Amino acid sequence: MLKNSLILILILGFAAIMLSLFLSYTPSEDLKGVSKHYAEYGKEEVGAANLVSAVVVTYRGFDTLGEVTILFLTASVIGFFLKVNHSKDDENTAVKKYSEILGTSAKILIPLMVLLGVYVFINGHLTPGGGFQGGAIIASAFVLMFIALPQRKISHKVLSAVESFSGLSYVLIGVLGIILAAGFLDNQILSLGTFGSVLSAGAIPLIYILIGLKVGTELTGIISNLKELQNEQ
Amino acid sequence: MEKIGIEQISLAFGFIILMLGLWGILSRKNIIKIVLSFTLFDTGLNIIIVAIGYLKNKTAPILDSAELQTDTASKIVDPLPQALVLTSIVIGLGVTSLLLVYALKLYKEKKSLFINDYKDLKW
Repeated sequence: MLKNSLILILILGFAAIMLSLFLSYTPSEDLKGVSKHYAEYGKEEVGAANLVSAVVVTYRGFDTLGEVTILFLTASVIGFFLKVNHSKDDENTAVKKYSEILGTSAKILIPLMVLLGVYVFINGHLTPGGGFQGGAIIASAFVLMFIALPQRKISHKVLSAVESFSGLSYVLIGVLGIILAAGFLDNQILSLGTFGSVLSAGAIPLIYILIGLKVGTELTGIISNLKELQNEQ
Repeated sequence: MEKIGIEQISLAFGFIILMLGLWGILSRKNIIKIVLSFTLFDTGLNIIIVAIGYLKNKTAPILDSAELQTDTASKIVDPLPQALVLTSIVIGLGVTSLLLVYALKLYKEKKSLFINDYKDLKW
């Protein structure tokens, strides 16, 4: 078949490029350029023990703002696509049964999962983790709730209020950086504190809390839109 | 080539996963499988970027011990590719969820996930 052989030729061509890239790869020995600057001065300039967080939130904070915007756009486009009428929700959800084990264990697990998510984003500047990871953990707690306790409702108004509040505060903190510190999203609007403690690294914990709330509510919104569509059918 | 280290192994795995994803995008007929192939492609690319940032005998860029806090630049791996991959993972998540919702919409429209049933943009 012509189509299959074309695919084969394309794959082989790509494989040849990849192979030559792989064979010519020489591992680098030292940090170079901008990474070296981040490693040498990150402690004094940003004060975050987790250098990846320092890069994500402060050095390249503008990228992260764009990333949050992309996630927001995704959530709103999905909400637009899956427009459902909320009037006849109640009668459909009552029919769904869940197993007793799942329901009981979910009641214990959901608060713990939310707590873990909060822990992950509050300690984002000290340990591996951060706003996105913590937000994803919180959203997974809500997914468990949707599966195990289908009669519980999540108010879309609360979700979108939390989401808009955290997004707006994130931008406001960035603008405060222009006024009080060196530039947009500079974290030195608050004092850097002692290196390695929870209240350190200036605005990074604050920004990560906002990102965590925003990502958590956005992902929960996507899931609950999908669930309502399923209920409607 | 001298001794094969973890960076070569992860680089090779990244390339293989990326090629699998590309093959899946080009040859699969089921829309869900095509979406899965896109995520494979993403994952392979992320593994490659992280593998390139790896430096031999160095540790994670998290300065939680006093020993790491002096002369940091000679002791840690590159933090920049990891930060970029974090961004890339989140954007990949957004793209995947959008693709899946498109697939859902298409299925509701025609009750089929077979890509050959959709000829609307073919001529």
